[in-house]
Amino acid sequence: MAWRLRLAPETTNIDFFRLQYITLGISAVAVLVSFVSFFVLGFNFGIDFKGGTTIRTESTVPVDVGAYRDALDGLGLGEVTITEVFDPTFDADQHVAQVRISAQEGQEAVTPETIAAVETALQQIDPGIAFPSVESVGPKVSGELIQTAFLAIAAASLGIGLYIWMRFEWQYAMGTIVALLHDVIVTAGIFSLFQIRFDLTIVAALLTILGYSVNDTVVVFDRLRENLLKYKSMPLRDVMNLSVNETLSRTIVTAGTTLLALIPLLIFGGDVIRGFILAMTLGVFIGTYSSVYVAKNIVLWIGLPRGDKAKSSSNKFADIDA
Amino acid sequence: MIFIPLWQRVLVVLATVAAILFAAPNLFYDRVERSNDARASIAEGVTAPELEADAALWPEWLPSGLVNLGLDLRGGAHLLAEVQVTDVYASRMDAYWPTIRDALAAERDTVGFVTREEGGDPSQLRIRISEPAGASRAVEIVRGLAQPVVTLTGGGASDIEVTASGDILTVQLSEAERAATDDRTVSQALEIVRRRIDEVGTREPTILRQGADRILVQVPGVGSAQEVKDIIGTTAQLTFNPVLQRTTDPEADPGAGNVLLPSLDEEGVYYVLERAAVVTGEELTNAQPSFDQNGNPAVSFQFNPQGARAFGEYTAENIGEPFAIVLDEEVISAPVIQSAIPGGSGIITGQFTVEESTELAVLLRAGALPAELTFLEERTIGPELGEDSIQAGQSAAYVAMVLVTLFMVASYGFFGVLAVVALVINIIMIIGIMSAIGATLTLPGIAGIVLTMGQAVDANVLIYERMREEIRRGAGPIKAVQEGFSKAISAIVDANVTTFIIAAIMFFVGAGPVRGFAVTLAIGVVTTIITGVFVSRLLISLWFARTRPKTIVV
Repeated sequence: MAWRLRLAPETTNIDFFRLQYITLGISAVAVLVSFVSFFVLGFNFGIDFKGGTTIRTESTVPVDVGAYRDALDGLGLGEVTITEVFDPTFDADQHVAQVRISAQEGQEAVTPETIAAVETALQQIDPGIAFPSVESVGPKVSGELIQTAFLAIAAASLGIGLYIWMRFEWQYAMGTIVALLHDVIVTAGIFSLFQIRFDLTIVAALLTILGYSVNDTVVVFDRLRENLLKYKSMPLRDVMNLSVNETLSRTIVTAGTTLLALIPLLIFGGDVIRGFILAMTLGVFIGTYSSVYVAKNIVLWIGLPRGDKAKSSSNKFADIDA
Repeated sequence: MIFIPLWQRVLVVLATVAAILFAAPNLFYDRVERSNDARASIAEGVTAPELEADAALWPEWLPSGLVNLGLDLRGGAHLLAEVQVTDVYASRMDAYWPTIRDALAAERDTVGFVTREEGGDPSQLRIRISEPAGASRAVEIVRGLAQPVVTLTGGGASDIEVTASGDILTVQLSEAERAATDDRTVSQALEIVRRRIDEVGTREPTILRQGADRILVQVPGVGSAQEVKDIIGTTAQLTFNPVLQRTTDPEADPGAGNVLLPSLDEEGVYYVLERAAVVTGEELTNAQPSFDQNGNPAVSFQFNPQGARAFGEYTAENIGEPFAIVLDEEVISAPVIQSAIPGGSGIITGQFTVEESTELAVLLRAGALPAELTFLEERTIGPELGEDSIQAGQSAAYVAMVLVTLFMVASYGFFGVLAVVALVINIIMIIGIMSAIGATLTLPGIAGIVLTMGQAVDANVLIYERMREEIRRGAGPIKAVQEGFSKAISAIVDANVTTFIIAAIMFFVGAGPVRGFAVTLAIGVVTTIITGVFVSRLLISLWFARTRPKTIVV
């Protein structure tokens, strides 16, 4: 037998329901904490959702946040946030900062004068300063973007639920949707709790998490459906355990390869997409956890009809293979 | 023997070769881009030896499609504009006023004197009649002027609503007409924005209508959003108005129904004009730089038949009177009408340089914006930031590729190598398809490709894990492979269909970078099924045919 890297033993016989009250309890608490955080802390929305302007500055001179602030305070722009950006991909003499100006009171559209004023003020402290990106979003658009973001996540969950219902049973669809919402809420909760900037790309990441998580869940369900036909008299709970154990090696290997792809992006991908990649990385962990500990538990609670009523199994696509 | 029908083998090989051919130009991005640009110019009739040389940089018989780089990678400007559709209501009302005035004047006996009430809502025309008793007759007359609405759905509706209260008649556009007008205004604005940006000749701008009254403009390669706004111009309105008076008093009272506008090139000179225009820039069909009889730069223009008729009638009735050519609320020139101009063509003279006359011709030809644009969203991304992002994405992709390769080989040995070969073909296919359909790659899109690297091997993992199970149950090598594929396929399809659903939703809901991500994700799903299942199986069957193993170790 040749040597192989094994992240999971060849055969496992873990009782994934032994700790079900603890794991479900943890999930419930995590969802609850997330909701509390949504309402108490809210999100550190980027301009996509809040309106306003961000100006990225770049210079060979180190950033002096205090001096920037003093220069901009006189302009009467309301809330101005200045943060220095650090990234391992930057050169030694590359100093980047992000200036964020909240949406100006009573202005629907963006004013170029404001941006020009900020740029001139900053050029006075540092003549070599450059502005690699300037982005402005009016409050009208940002309000709509929040709405669309919610809609997108709801539509995606619903679409997946319908597909699972069609391919499996409604009980599976319920389990999947609960697991998906769990993943999205907890990931968003982490963003809220740590006040990590939340913009449109994070919504894309959340949607991708939906895709990853459902991927994982479907693999377990697919095996469950197959095993239910094979072991007609085995209690549902045991069939579920067996299915999760049989697919465990795959679950871990896939999570492993996905993380191996994501972690280099997290380190070398630059600060522009760091939030996006962070959301996905979190999602892989949470999604893997939820397909093992959340989705099937919901199905067990609802219960499954056994016997002839079950939809015929996996060979629907067998003809592709002929 | 693992049986795969010949057509399937041929198809898999053809698909792979095609993918490599279509992806190849991206390896020589700058070269192919220069060659493509040169060919585009030559196709437009421009010829120069340098262009020919550039065109020859890439052989013509090879595919030359490139992956479009999104704004976040190439740098450029992104603008979202809202068309102020209600602006048009006011000018429509202004245009109606002379017709209504003349119709009512004909019935002076019943309705008395007619005056327009100034102020109030500009989208309403308020008319005072001196005989309140004639109000119902006046309403009847004005209603008689209404036109049917030109739409597909609004059949039977008329374009104006007329109400009377006491001695005041209120005329406004009907609901159906407003909807039809809004739609027309936005399409006109869209067309004009497109023409203006095209005139400047920037590379591959994206100009799209979004929602009911918005226009999305993306122009790669420009330094700031402001430049694009300057090109679009926010209020360029060309009109030809009757001149009532020329004055040097900036405070002069123009009187009801008139406006006071400054002259463009004569300092301190103002004109009092009738607000209702005789013809507008919308009725221009052509404008080009030329010279007047004295050899000074000028702009000659041509109206459409409708405009030509109005212009002809007006000039015939007003010989010897001046009229003003107004652009952006400034009088370009106010020549005196020498004779009737029936053919609808004319010439604008003024103190122009050749450059100015050319610029004016471009502006006129591109037409006037029917309504003002307000900008709701503006983003400028510098090209250096984009280059940094490409660099970062590339190095991350290489590291990810190496890590995934090591991991797969460590986990599945020789079969891991096959999975990595399939993965490489997968990525080539993604790039090939994106180049062939001209899809746009954004920074999240690069992340999508890297994520695909992680997830694409999932199909192989599912198959290999099944093969291991079959081997543990004592199956022979061929049975293990066959069962491995046939049992894993249902999970692979389900997993990928759900991802595809997500990608579709992102594509329809998202914009810009998110959309780019959705496209790569969706293409990735398709190529993953092709490579993970079909390519992998072909590779395994080829290996079987060569070595005929008695046992296999997965």
